[in-house]
Amino acid sequence: MSDRTVDRVAQATPVRVARKIRGLSDRAIAWIFISPTIFLLLAINIFPLIWTIQLSFTNFKANRIGREVKDVGFRNYERILTDSDTWLNMQATAHFLFWTIFFQVLIGFTLAWLLNKKFRGNDLWTTIIVLPMMLSPAVVGNFWKFLYQPQIGLFNYIVSWFTGKDPSSFEMLGSVQLAPWAIVIVDTWMWTPFVMLICLAGLRSIPDYIYEAAEVDRASKLRQFFTITIPMVLPFLMLAVLFRGIENFKMFDLVVQLTGGGPGSTTELTSINLKREAFEKWRTGYASAYAIILFVTVFGLASIYVKALNKVKQR
Amino acid sequence: MSSFSVTEPSKRSKWVAGTLVITYALITMIPLVWILLTGFKSPADAISYPPKVVFDPTLEGYVNLFTTRTRQTQEFLNANPPQNWADEIVRQYDMVIVGPSKFGERFMNSVIIGFGSTFLSIFLGTLAAYAFSRFKVPLKDDLLFFILSTRMMPPVAVAIPIFLMFRNLGLSDTHLGMILLYTGVNISLAVWLLKGFIDEIPREYEEAALIDGYTRFQAFYKVVLPQAATGIASTAIFCLIFAWNEYAFAVLLTSATAQTAPPFIPTIIGVGGLDWPAVAAGATIFLIPVMIFTILMRKHLLRGITFGAVRK
Repeated sequence: MSDRTVDRVAQATPVRVARKIRGLSDRAIAWIFISPTIFLLLAINIFPLIWTIQLSFTNFKANRIGREVKDVGFRNYERILTDSDTWLNMQATAHFLFWTIFFQVLIGFTLAWLLNKKFRGNDLWTTIIVLPMMLSPAVVGNFWKFLYQPQIGLFNYIVSWFTGKDPSSFEMLGSVQLAPWAIVIVDTWMWTPFVMLICLAGLRSIPDYIYEAAEVDRASKLRQFFTITIPMVLPFLMLAVLFRGIENFKMFDLVVQLTGGGPGSTTELTSINLKREAFEKWRTGYASAYAIILFVTVFGLASIYVKALNKVKQR
Repeated sequence: MSSFSVTEPSKRSKWVAGTLVITYALITMIPLVWILLTGFKSPADAISYPPKVVFDPTLEGYVNLFTTRTRQTQEFLNANPPQNWADEIVRQYDMVIVGPSKFGERFMNSVIIGFGSTFLSIFLGTLAAYAFSRFKVPLKDDLLFFILSTRMMPPVAVAIPIFLMFRNLGLSDTHLGMILLYTGVNISLAVWLLKGFIDEIPREYEEAALIDGYTRFQAFYKVVLPQAATGIASTAIFCLIFAWNEYAFAVLLTSATAQTAPPFIPTIIGVGGLDWPAVAAGATIFLIPVMIFTILMRKHLLRGITFGAVRK
């Protein structure tokens, strides 16, 4: 930093005078500015994480304070990983993750591509499309429950209007086959705009001259789409997938409101099972181990993904 | 762009694109319009089949949302004539209003916790972002990555130790506890976004100020802050919307005193099951501020979403 003008000026003046003029040193200011944030992050994020790790090796129950806490080693982890219900929850989560991302990428990219045609009023419609993702998932999810009612719900009515099926003949939230799709539909409705916005940013970052050059070379529109548009939007699209992936792996509010994990445990995503263990059965130690397993899974998958993403970016 | 440009889409493709996008936008609005409409329906209209688009609007849902009511005997009702229009509405079910509901309180909690945590996130976040942007901080990149990775924990997982910690510190179910918690969750994104905005402000401005005899501190709040105002505003909206919408922590860590609106609205119960018009009324009141915000601040918001994402 010493090669900057200010510092050279500062060095030219006697230290005592310089202090008076400049007040605290840069280093002191840096620490004063950063430390409250670091402290808060330690208190709200890191300390709890460490505590969770410690709890995960015990049989602690948060609703029985006086009870003796025993060290159980890796027994919690063993039980979770050998429990077939865990794998059912993971399967439900994987189904949810895969299909939400699939539909959101498909619809989101298409919308972005259409919006990029810059028709009149496209920013107004962008704003309208974005509205769902700004709203509270719990409140909106709760209302979707009303739309999904078999007798009276608007969703069933519209489906029956198009297909001629009796609107009370299918229960989106009550049937084992349909419930996993019901949550995919609401999540797609809510979060497609996010993927759309990121793709739009990607499309707008492509300079016109590339297309102009392609046009001079007489590349067809289709060819331009596959050799220019897609490769240049890909890094953006992959980022959008990363964010949606992490968010949906953590998914709780929307699905808890819609199905509460039911029917049976068909939509019991990992977060919902975690809540049951921690705050209904009060198996704090067991739930802590579950939390750590989830954290490691997300972190691991995200790191692998980011490596792949960087490779794509470098191309 | 000139009209000869080869990259300008043709009239016809614009028309097709516009039609498709508008169709999607209209479909996507149906659930939101339905919330608005249901809030003005009577309970009978709300659950009629086929669903009613045209109906007699009533404020029943809103009255039920804001009041608690009890059923009364005919003699009592005859002896006490209705006082106002709200009384009239509940009289048709032989009921009287006995007091306000919890909704007003829950809504205020959302306001206090939302604005409190937003203010704190922005205050601390701006300081940290400035330091990260302008000074040499040891392990800067590691710290920044670490700050972001804390968002990968599912909220339910974080809630376990936070629940225990708050219980020991006496912060359970308090406004202060929730404000600190939401600030802790928001601050990572706030620092990240704000650092981007501050990076864009040329250092020369501050250096000029320093040479003019300003201290670092003065240069920060007289030169940098005004320049970063738009960035700060759009970051603030993100923090506010997150805190406003947050459900997992709220439902697990608050109950009687500090509960916010999102866990409360789904629990609104009427006579004989869920009172959908009241739920819809609550949802309308809760969602409308965010919608208005989004429409008014669309430029900054949309930039913030993509900017935050693309930088990471």
